[in-house]
Amino acid sequence: MEEVIIGLEVHVQLNLLKSKLFCQCPTDYHNSEPNTHVCPICLGLPGAMPVINRKAVEAGIAVAMALNAEIQEKTLFYRKNYFYPDLPRGFQISQYDFPLAYGGYVTIETDSGEKKVTLKRIHMEEDPGRLTYPGTIDTARYSLIDYNRSGMPLLEIVTEPVISSPKEARSFLNKLRTILEYLGVFDGSLEGAMRVDANISLKGGARAEVKNISSYKGVEKALSFEITRQKNLLKRGIMVEMETRHFDEARGVTISLRTKEEEQDYRYFPEPDLPPMEPRSLIPDVKDTIPELPDAKRRRFMEEYGISDYFAKVLTSEIRMADYFEKVAKVIDPGLAATWIADILKGELNYRDMEFSEVFEAEKLIQVLKLLAVKKITEKGAVKVIRVMLDEGGDPLKIVRRLDLMVMDLSEVERLCDEVIEENSQAVSDYISGRKEALNYLVGQVMKKSRGKADPGETNRILIRKLKEREKDSS
Amino acid sequence: MITDEQIRHVAKLARIELKDDEVAVFREHFEKILDYFGMLDSVEENIEPVFHVLDICNVFRDDVPGECLNQEEVMANAPKTEKGYFRGPRIV
Repeated sequence: MEEVIIGLEVHVQLNLLKSKLFCQCPTDYHNSEPNTHVCPICLGLPGAMPVINRKAVEAGIAVAMALNAEIQEKTLFYRKNYFYPDLPRGFQISQYDFPLAYGGYVTIETDSGEKKVTLKRIHMEEDPGRLTYPGTIDTARYSLIDYNRSGMPLLEIVTEPVISSPKEARSFLNKLRTILEYLGVFDGSLEGAMRVDANISLKGGARAEVKNISSYKGVEKALSFEITRQKNLLKRGIMVEMETRHFDEARGVTISLRTKEEEQDYRYFPEPDLPPMEPRSLIPDVKDTIPELPDAKRRRFMEEYGISDYFAKVLTSEIRMADYFEKVAKVIDPGLAATWIADILKGELNYRDMEFSEVFEAEKLIQVLKLLAVKKITEKGAVKVIRVMLDEGGDPLKIVRRLDLMVMDLSEVERLCDEVIEENSQAVSDYISGRKEALNYLVGQVMKKSRGKADPGETNRILIRKLKEREKDSS
Repeated sequence: MITDEQIRHVAKLARIELKDDEVAVFREHFEKILDYFGMLDSVEENIEPVFHVLDICNVFRDDVPGECLNQEEVMANAPKTEKGYFRGPRIV
């Protein structure tokens, strides 16, 4: 198999800041009318003067520190000149040869163990506006432009070409998202929060740059398509051309943008409206705001709660889930809490294509697990309550009552066991004569009589005890 | 010495169409500008580059949201609009 070489440029929107990078326009433009979150600065009107948002620089520093990158002594903004209507000024304010940080890495898990995905650099820039094409990109006759996004604070995080499969790229992005969400500067569930350009080549071949990958799922799809395309070209003896391609998410294909081979001439020069920055002087302020990061939290969860590495990994893969678990584990046995959150609740969410942010309050799960712990409801019943709360919301106790999920009293189960033993002499004598699987049948009968409200474990225990007594009596 | 190629390339990047006789005019302009910047060659070596005319750094504003323009004001100068969007050329 040919060796695959992938490098990623990840554009991360610092979308939890309150205002844009160079102006006071609010960042909550999602679901708003077009061109309603704009001002003379982000519209690039003549004479408008940008001023840097301190919080954006601090957020950039926090990200750089969390990614183990080296923050530079001096950093400054440049004008990157190009004519494209996504930025009305004719240039993007970005960074060039003095980026915020160099180096760094993200540790990911691969099929062959841990791997450090090393980073080239991290720089700050403004997001351009959004162009849409009525119809499809290759047939539209004009573009529609919305500048609400223009001027949003972005970090561009560039990896070295060290990623060797689409799957690795996906887990790199997932890990990056986790870390950014831990830092509280980023909400990955918002549309356009993370956008990726990928450089892909097969060993020895030219590389293609695929632009416009804007969803987590899209990354694997786009990369896999591109790798197959390049392999097929090679098979037919055709050289892969160096080019820029556009990912069409709806069709799952990459298409050539037929740009000229010559490197774009952006004529970078220092932005005269923005004085340079010395970001290291901000490190002391930022340092204290950096929370416990995913890998550290994972280790602590294993030590403090005695849960498995697998559970610790799943629970810390999202800051919301980790916090949720800690709330529950304060009151409920951590092992039980881990299973119910990482396996069952997460599974139910995945099934519904829901995010953890949409889940009911931890207090509600605590109530459910308390009922389960004292055997007032069965595991099956607990799952039912969780499903109802996800689908319709509501109070766990009320749901238990409405769906009649309270487990039967043990004395009542005893009574039903006696009944079943009386009514099923054949199964009973089968069991006594050594065919132990007859027990399952008897348990099933009790469950049926109780309409699922007997606890299966208890039923099992009681039946075995009663059958043993029979055995003694008959011998 | 600036070549015709370079002049045409710069014109293209600036989206300016040049007629053949205009290339010569621009060569003259370009040469004047470059001569002027040639002054920098007389500066002694080992001097730290300066990126900004003022000796200031870390000039920031707080992360506080403010007023925006309304859609009507935003569109006031636009030659073509459609449903609150600017209408622009097809690019790719």
